[in-house]
Amino acid sequence: MRSWDKDPLLKVEHLTMRFGGLVAVDDVSFDVGKTDITALIGPNGAGKTTVFNCITGFYEPTEGMLQLGHPDGEIYYLERLDDHDINARARVARTFQNIRLFGGMTVLENLMVAQHKALIGTSRFPLATLLGFGSFNRMERKAVEFAKHWLDRVGLTARADMAAAELPYGEQRKLEIARAMCTQPVLLCLDEPAAGLNPRESEGLNELLYSIRAEEGIALLLIEHDMSVVMSISDHIVVLDHGKSIADGTPEEIRNDPVVIAAYLGVPEEKMSEVEREVGV
Amino acid sequence: MAGPVQKESHRLKSALIDATLAAFVAFALFSLTLGVKTVDSVGGLTLKARPMLLATVVGIVFVGRLLLNLFWWNGTWKAPRFKRWLPAWPIPNVAAYGTQYGGIGLVIAAALFPIITYALDAALNLDLPLRYLFDLSILVLTYVMLGFGLNIVVGLAGLLDLGYVAFYAVGAYTFALLAAHFGLGFWMCLPLAGLLAALWGIMLGFPVLRLRGDYLAIVTLAFGEIIRIVLLNWTEVTNGPNGISDIPKPTFFGLAFRPTGEHTFAGFFGISYDPLHGIIFLYYVILALALVTSLVTVRLRRLPIGRAWEAMREDEIACRSLGINTTIAKLTAFATGALFGGLAGSFFATRQGFISPESFTFIESAIILAIVVLGGMGSQIGVVLAAIVMIGGFELLRNMEFLRVVFGPDFDPSQYRMLLFGLAMVGIMLWRPRGIISSREPSIVLNERRAVSGDLVKEGHA
Repeated sequence: MRSWDKDPLLKVEHLTMRFGGLVAVDDVSFDVGKTDITALIGPNGAGKTTVFNCITGFYEPTEGMLQLGHPDGEIYYLERLDDHDINARARVARTFQNIRLFGGMTVLENLMVAQHKALIGTSRFPLATLLGFGSFNRMERKAVEFAKHWLDRVGLTARADMAAAELPYGEQRKLEIARAMCTQPVLLCLDEPAAGLNPRESEGLNELLYSIRAEEGIALLLIEHDMSVVMSISDHIVVLDHGKSIADGTPEEIRNDPVVIAAYLGVPEEKMSEVEREVGV
Repeated sequence: MAGPVQKESHRLKSALIDATLAAFVAFALFSLTLGVKTVDSVGGLTLKARPMLLATVVGIVFVGRLLLNLFWWNGTWKAPRFKRWLPAWPIPNVAAYGTQYGGIGLVIAAALFPIITYALDAALNLDLPLRYLFDLSILVLTYVMLGFGLNIVVGLAGLLDLGYVAFYAVGAYTFALLAAHFGLGFWMCLPLAGLLAALWGIMLGFPVLRLRGDYLAIVTLAFGEIIRIVLLNWTEVTNGPNGISDIPKPTFFGLAFRPTGEHTFAGFFGISYDPLHGIIFLYYVILALALVTSLVTVRLRRLPIGRAWEAMREDEIACRSLGINTTIAKLTAFATGALFGGLAGSFFATRQGFISPESFTFIESAIILAIVVLGGMGSQIGVVLAAIVMIGGFELLRNMEFLRVVFGPDFDPSQYRMLLFGLAMVGIMLWRPRGIISSREPSIVLNERRAVSGDLVKEGHA
């Protein structure tokens, strides 16, 4: 048994997603280990983002089970939760391939919106809160402190009062990760976090992801195209092709898996052995 | 050398042909509409030819088309860049001077306005048209309040609502019916009207939860019409097009504004009765209501629900990914906006003393929306300025006697007020396409307060 299968945070079992006649994801199963960095890779159109959208509640899977076990023993079945409950209750946070920040709001406001759940819980007496009494002000100060903590970690403290849309691209990516982390997730899903970043920014991103894993002790699930990023940071890689899971293992295993190489190079299976000889596997 | 000359003559020739064709089309189009006129005469209608008019119009088309062909469309003559000709925005950007101080200044000015004008008039015998002034200010303040209310839905939550007047109507009819059937007073009915309107806000909210942009606008527009048509046709309850009259006036802690009788305002304070007292009181009532609306909105923006509204306007999907229940956020936005619409409607009923469905037509929704958009979406002071410009300015155009100096004694300015109004709107949209106050104030600040440029703020209904 592999390390991630022993006591997984998220168990994806027989996940199938059909859009009309199109089978985007076909019976995919994998486990996401606690405090692992798990990468979901595959050629374009392999169904990675669909799997992501199922896990984060944007699609309701046609079949299959998504079981998330919290450290406190609580178990959530993600396929049954509303999309906002997946973050609010099951505490799965995500970022988007095409960054989705609240562009007209400031950097700090973006992080405050992310703490909606924590803050709205204090408004047990809405009228008192409206009039400025109650515990809200204290809670808000705490929320600002927490936001500051994440601003420091992604290096955006100096730009806290800028509109999010004014930030350069690389910092928008970081802000989106910080915003997701402000919801205090147990699983952070990143959809192509390194897309559009230059090598130096990409390096910084890797460090940020490592530090999140090390300090927060949470699991990361990411889709990534950049192989150097995937191979260097992940503990566990799942490869999808045409909606099916074709490989599942450590980066070392995946690197040498002929099926994966064929999928990436687009070689039909009959010619596999030939290609394998050529690439010297 | 022959080449360009030949090209020139070729150009002239094709331009002439094109202009002739255009003139011919113009002749065909206008020969019946302008060329002849029906005249009432003894033997019935007869036709009178107007060859000169027709010739002039066709001539203008010919020459205009020729000039366009020769100079404009050929690129030898560049069209003037309109933006460059435009002088800078004549009014300083209010946001730059700190909206808080501007807001406090406006409130103080509004609070002192009736006292000062009343006292000045009495002391100096100016004979100001006080009644007209106060009535107009009350009208402006009513629209300010409606603007604040709609601002929550459109400006903050980004939900384009074209049927806002429905809640105004619900509020007005709630008070009118409760007063007529149960004899309840204004202060009793005010909260009830607000609550009932909020309920209707939620009822509108449910079916439109999944709609965005144009589709949402269409359904809300229909909702506004449904309410009006029900009011018009449900004669047994609403008295149909005849409306409801004799709606009671608000009292000042139980003291009525009446010339005679028990418990009158004038009698209690031992002053002589003046019909203006009641109007000034109404002024303060609507000022207080508008202030409450504004303060609640300002406070809500700092609370999680207000931030959720703004976040929803910016990106609904991201909102849901952060655990925000957008269903609840939308419904609360509709309900809160409707609540204030209902309060304003209740005030409208008590001020007018008479309401009928005619007061709640689509044009009212359009004016309120125009106030919000013109003011700058989400901006409180913008709404105030826009309401003053739209309602007050419109009235001002009735009194442009000085224009007679320019256009001669026969000029009737009130005939042109729609035209001037339209021009003013075009001007504002050219100078300030995002509204009078186009920047957004952040709801929370870490280091330094800096407004967010309006260009970055989304309008939600795209």
